Formats: sequence, C-alpha cells, structure tokens
Amino acid sequence: MLPALAFFAFTVLVPSVQGGWFAFTDWDGISPVKHFVGLDQFRKLLDDTAARDAVVTTLLAAVAITIVQNTIGLLLALGVNSRIKSRNVLRVFFFAPAVITPVVTAYLWKYLYAPDGALNSLLGAVGLDGWKQDWLGDPDLALWSVVAVVIWQFSGYSMVIFLAGLQSIPGEIYEAAAIDGAGPVRRFWYVVRPMLAPAITINLMLSVIGGLKLFDQVWVMTQGGPGGATDTLSTVIYKQAFQFNQYAYSTAIAVILTVFVIVISSVQYRYLSRQERNSA
Amino acid sequence: MNRYTWRTAGLEAVMIAVALVFAFPVYVLVSMALRAEGDDSSPIALPNSPTFANFGDAWQRAGLGPAIGNSLMVTAGSVVLIVALAAMAAYPLARSTRRWSKSVFAVFMLGLLLPFQLALIPLYQTMRDLGILGNPLALIVFYTGLQLPFSVFMYTGFLRSLDPGYEEAARMDGAGPVRAFFSVVFPLMRPITGTVVILNVIFVWNDFLTPLLYLSGSGRQTIPVALFGFIGQYVSQWPMVFAGLIIGVIPVLIAYFAMQKRIIQGFAGGLKG
Repeated sequence: MLPALAFFAFTVLVPSVQGGWFAFTDWDGISPVKHFVGLDQFRKLLDDTAARDAVVTTLLAAVAITIVQNTIGLLLALGVNSRIKSRNVLRVFFFAPAVITPVVTAYLWKYLYAPDGALNSLLGAVGLDGWKQDWLGDPDLALWSVVAVVIWQFSGYSMVIFLAGLQSIPGEIYEAAAIDGAGPVRRFWYVVRPMLAPAITINLMLSVIGGLKLFDQVWVMTQGGPGGATDTLSTVIYKQAFQFNQYAYSTAIAVILTVFVIVISSVQYRYLSRQERNSA
Repeated sequence: MNRYTWRTAGLEAVMIAVALVFAFPVYVLVSMALRAEGDDSSPIALPNSPTFANFGDAWQRAGLGPAIGNSLMVTAGSVVLIVALAAMAAYPLARSTRRWSKSVFAVFMLGLLLPFQLALIPLYQTMRDLGILGNPLALIVFYTGLQLPFSVFMYTGFLRSLDPGYEEAARMDGAGPVRAFFSVVFPLMRPITGTVVILNVIFVWNDFLTPLLYLSGSGRQTIPVALFGFIGQYVSQWPMVFAGLIIGVIPVLIAYFAMQKRIIQGFAGGLKG
C-alpha cells in the first residue's frame, strides 16, 4: 500500500496542495520569487468577463451533457436489454465511440460540421437546405455542437453502466409486476427505476465531473472560439498558464474548478444516496 | 415471456436505425480515408475509386510508427504498475477493520474528486526541476498516480464482495499473508483485473492534455498529440489525415474488441460493491 500512496502523493496530492497555494501568490512561472498576495487573483477573476463567461459555459455544458447523455444512455440500455436478436452486437457497437481517442472523434466532427462538410451535405441531400448551419462558426451554436459530440461519444458509456444495473434486476420481479397489470411505463417507474438507483448515481456523478472538466473536444474543434463562446474553465486554465504565462492566475481558476467539482458532486451524491436509501 | 413478437421486431428495427445514425460519422471517416486524390464527390457519397494509398502516406508523414511505440510503452508500463499497486493496496483496505484503513481509503477517494487541472502546473514545475520533462517514463509515473484512486476503488469493491474463506483456508495451510495474496487472492480477482486493465488502457492511450504539456517539444510524442500535430500540418488534406486518424485508433480498438465482455461484467461487479 505504501508504494501506491507514494505515487498518488507525488502526482496528485502534493501538486494539488501546491496548486492551492500558488493561487494566493503572484507567480509568473519564470521568476523564482513568489509573493503572497492573498485573494488578489480571485478578485481579478471577478473583473475578468472572459473567465466569468467560461464559468457559465462550463456549467451549461456539464448540465446539458449530464441530462442528454444519460437519457440517451438509459434508452439504449433498455433497448439492448430486451429480446431483440441484435442485442449483443449493438451493445459492443454503442460503447465503441467511448473507446476512440477524443482527439480523433473531435477532429472527425470538425470536418462533419464544416460549412461544406458532411452534415450540411446530408441535410441538403434530404431536402432540408434550410437547416444548414455554420455549426462551429456561429457563437450561439458552437457550444451545443461541441456538447453534441461529447454526447455522441459517451452515451454508450452511460448505456453500459445502466445495462449492468438492469441485469442485476431479477426477471421474476418484472414478470410479477406485468402479471399484476402494470403497463411498461409504470413498470419502469415503480419497479426498474428504484432498483437502478446505484447505476443512476454512478452515471450522474461521472457525467457531471467529466462535463466540468471538458477540454479535449473544445481544444481540437474550436480552441475556445468563436470569440470565447466555447471557452471552458479547462481551456482558460491552459491558455492563462501556457500562452499568457499567468501561472498564479491559472491555478486560481483551477481552484475555482476544484471547488465546483467538489461542491456539486458532494451535494449530488448526498441527494442521490438518500434517493437510493428511500427506494431500497 | 420469451417470444419474439411484432413489438420486439419493431424495437429491433428502431434500435438498428439508431445504430445507423450513430455510425454515420464513422462511415464518413472511413469513406474519406479511402478517397483518391482529386476525388471531389460529395462527402457523404462513396469514394469513386477506393484506394489505400492514404494510409501509407499518413504512416510516413505523421511519424506514426514512433508515436505508436511511445504510446504502447507508456500504456503498458502504466497499466502494469496500476494493476500491481492498486491490487496490493486494495487488499488491506478491504480486509482491515482498523481506523487507519478507513482514512487511507478516504484519501484515495478524494483523488477521484480532485480535478487534475489543479495539479497540472505545479507538477509541470516539479518535473522540469527534476529534468524528466519530455521523458515518456515521467508519464508512466503520472498515470499511475492519477489512475490509482479509481482502480483502488474498483478492487476494494470487488474484494469486499469476495468470500474471505479462501484466504483463511490458505493461511491455515501455512501460507503467510503475502503468499496468500499472490497465490489465492490475486488469481481470484481476475474478472475485476480485466476491467481495470481495459478501462485504464482506454484512458492512458487516449489522454491528450498531459502528453501535450509534459512531452511538448521532445519529439517523443504519444499518439493523440502526434495526430494533433499532423492535423495542424496537413489541415486541408482530409483523406490522408483521416487515414492517419484510423491508424491511431486501431490499437485501442483491438484491445477493446478483445476484452469487451469484461466491461459490462466489471461494471456489474462494481455496482454491487
């Protein structure tokens, strides 16, 4: 156990504490001297509209990803947990995008989204020319285009976790409810949903945390553009540190991100585990 | 209840239709990669005269050979270390009822929450000071530390649901705790080891931000960063770039298809624990 703790301390614990400390200094990443400046970096953040926009963007993306990805994942899981003949092939198939390098899927979608790319060609081919868009170039649309890629890629991941939950439900319970005359919707709500509670908890936690840390897809497709419309906390942290040499400011934003992740996921965890207990 | 009805057939049709929608981007990826130079047909049409020439070009110009080598080394090294350390750490955590065991477990679980963006910059400094920036070995250390909490979590959950009777039998036959672990417990953990391996392989192989920072300028890139640089250089030559993307994901797809059964089983075990 000690070697495990040593690795963990070296790469996560110690640097995280250091990061928390740098956020209260004026360090530029080059000069050997750091001065304690208290909350100055956080004050700067309040005046920085770009950083404030990134907070909003990150939260919007995390909420949208969590809701849509889990809804699709659950529907897919119910679909492949049925008696259809293609269920085994489809399970492997729907999870496959989650395996592909996000850099690759993001770049593929960047091409699909191009003004003369595959998506607009497809819309043209089926007579929906009016629906053609500049998917990544339109500031009102770009974030949702990026979010759609994440959902496309990770719905299968949610599906697999829901499927594991569904398979732990004994078939007799389901059949008993059917014999008692419960329709599919009521059977789902009163029989399946309570027993799926652990899977729901894990899925919601994973997608919220993943959504708050969103980086790869944004970086490949838009680098935060157009005009900062898709900048997330992670892209701002990267830009401030490695493009503008604002190391201390960058770690202050990382502290904000950490607070968001810890607060949101603990509140969520408390709520969900209470739901689990109530339904158990 | 086990009849194949018209409703089942309807559901089957809907699910296959959804699968085709999901597959559309992959269809475009493959059909573009097979396109000959000067083939300007619509991006959604099949290539006029399919060719594999793009794959050869991409392989040479993107330096994919060395990048795959680096990725294989980093992935294999990290996953072996993760499995060994996580399994050995989880054993006392799952079995001991003392108070320190609870606190150590809580410290590991904190690691599941901390976003590594916070550690990214200080660790960059530490690595620069130690002179290991740009060295793929440093990435192995990094991934091992980063992925231990998740792997310890999976192993501990599995061990708690595993009957301790087997180890006790081994102990009665005179095996010490170390021997009991290696000859009895570790083999029993095979199913969860499979899951931990495949999920970590996917994570390490695909990670982009870390090698982008810690290996930048070293010329010893892993696959995602090599592809990112390649894309930037040949931005308008879509067919060749797409061929490069396909080459870059083939190894992880092979690992996935070889081990896909473990994924659902592993999650099922994790949910119970």
